[in-house]
Amino acid sequence: MHMADALLSPSVGAAFWVVSGTAVAYSARKLKQEADEKKIPLMGILGAFVFAAQMINFTIPGTGSSGHLAGGMILAVLLGPYAGFLTLASVLVVQALFFGDGGILALGCNVFNMGFWACFVAYPLIYKPLAGKDPTPGRATLAALVSVLAAMQLGPLSVVIETLLSGISELPFLTFVLLMLPIHMAIGLVEGFVTAGLIAFVRKTRPEILQSAATARPLGGVSIRKVLIGLAAAALVTGGILSWFASTHPDGLEWSITKIYGKPDLPAPARGIIPALEAAQEKTAILPDYGFRKEEPVGEERGEEGGTWPAVSSGTTVAGIVGSVMTLGLSVLVGLFLRRRARGTS
Amino acid sequence: MSSFDSALLDLGRLDSLSYGDTAIHRLDPRAKLVVTLAFIVTVVSFPKYTVAGLIPFFSFPIVMVSMADLPLGFLARKLVLVSPFALVIGIFNPFLDREVLVRLGPLAVTGGWVSFASVMIRFVLTVGAALILVATTSFPGVCSALDRLRVPRLFVVQLMFLYRFIFVLTEEALRMTRAVAVRSFGGKGPGLRLFVQILGVLFLRTMGRAERVYQAMGNRGFDGEIRTLRRLTFAGGDAAFLLVWFCLFAVLRLYNISEIFGAFALRAFG
Repeated sequence: MHMADALLSPSVGAAFWVVSGTAVAYSARKLKQEADEKKIPLMGILGAFVFAAQMINFTIPGTGSSGHLAGGMILAVLLGPYAGFLTLASVLVVQALFFGDGGILALGCNVFNMGFWACFVAYPLIYKPLAGKDPTPGRATLAALVSVLAAMQLGPLSVVIETLLSGISELPFLTFVLLMLPIHMAIGLVEGFVTAGLIAFVRKTRPEILQSAATARPLGGVSIRKVLIGLAAAALVTGGILSWFASTHPDGLEWSITKIYGKPDLPAPARGIIPALEAAQEKTAILPDYGFRKEEPVGEERGEEGGTWPAVSSGTTVAGIVGSVMTLGLSVLVGLFLRRRARGTS
Repeated sequence: MSSFDSALLDLGRLDSLSYGDTAIHRLDPRAKLVVTLAFIVTVVSFPKYTVAGLIPFFSFPIVMVSMADLPLGFLARKLVLVSPFALVIGIFNPFLDREVLVRLGPLAVTGGWVSFASVMIRFVLTVGAALILVATTSFPGVCSALDRLRVPRLFVVQLMFLYRFIFVLTEEALRMTRAVAVRSFGGKGPGLRLFVQILGVLFLRTMGRAERVYQAMGNRGFDGEIRTLRRLTFAGGDAAFLLVWFCLFAVLRLYNISEIFGAFALRAFG
């Protein structure tokens, strides 16, 4: 359920960067107050553990397919919410950079979708109350299962909302939800059993690890309020940025809203290739002007000028195709030249 | 099984590529990080039916790959392998958005296909840019850049730990799954119960290692920070690199170079 750059609009990506960045900074400050420098190597190594564990596939019983561990909840249980969140965030950084899972702009969304819900919502609000202080094996399993399932529904739901806000995908809300949630319900079930099994294993072999995590200053009543206040402030700030973006870019919030409430009519230019060429010739006469006009940040004013967005005509399309091939060819030529030079000097 | 090996190999190969020595490799990691981010933001800021306007942006990866002398086939293979998410979500567009946007002679292209093409181009550009970044910048370099860009130090330090231990622990996991595989006579791989036990043992070994590492580091005076002798220096070349790409991105964002070129060509030959 890694959100991808290709489906994001910059405003949504930036907004979630701010939210996740705030959460990372807050968690880092919280951990620093704990002043337990022993935790830093432990976090890194457990992050690498999640990574290694993700590479082991197992067969899901009854089906032929395989699954792997996502790891948000297990990190929260083993390290506590703050350290768990930071560790998962760093796992996602490495995945975005080295494996192209998601992307750099989508990192904020992914940290939020996979880390925030698991560590700051499902862990303190579901896992802790259900598991209690000294849980029986049955209770611990139940707590792990329910909390992982909850995180595995909230995360994909966020993916849906982020995608819709970005307005790149055509999927309607309900279809998308029906596509994402049942699949992740199944994945969450498996993940829940694995998490529960692993916690039981650790409890049997090294019970002191779980105790130290549980007593290492978990979320108190005050601190969660602070988190929420911080998030609300971040949401307000980003809301401001978001609305600014949305009014200057038709691909932002407004666009997705018109998508949901009814399509704006697209012009259907039923023209052949010859008028297209004529149009292209006309265009060249006003080239600089036209180049400007198309990209002027607009919204309401442009609508009055008559051209319904997106203003695509066959003329510009033909020009676009021819020009694309040319630019690409030029780039490749420059690239070949540069490569020869790089080889020559190094 | 083979996917496991190749994932580890790919990671190792990207890592060793990043220690190359070209003009691009020698740039300050901060400059590369900021330019990559600017590139990605510019690419995704286009409206969703943009195709031609995105094509000139291929110049960035092409120039970077060429100047850094990166193996194109390897990067392309990684691009094809990873992240089917964009493809899976994007492929719905052609079926949902059936309004004809463009007619090219007898061929009617619907808006859905145009936006799908746009999504796939965005995917190649953004993920490619990330791969190029790590293939030209060593991971400690990325981390020190993050540190200097005011990412919390605690986060950066544990990111470095994470990276160092990925190789150690994945090899450990690789040995364990191989041991299971040779004992299961071509079975499909471990089931849930066995998988949890493998993970448990891997976890115990990880913890043991973490404790030994911490003791060793504590003996050598580790206090939660990693200090290095080498300082990052942001030189004139880095500033030029930053400036040139920023200007180019801005120009490519404001003017649709493809259409302008094409219009010229059509006038010249038409």
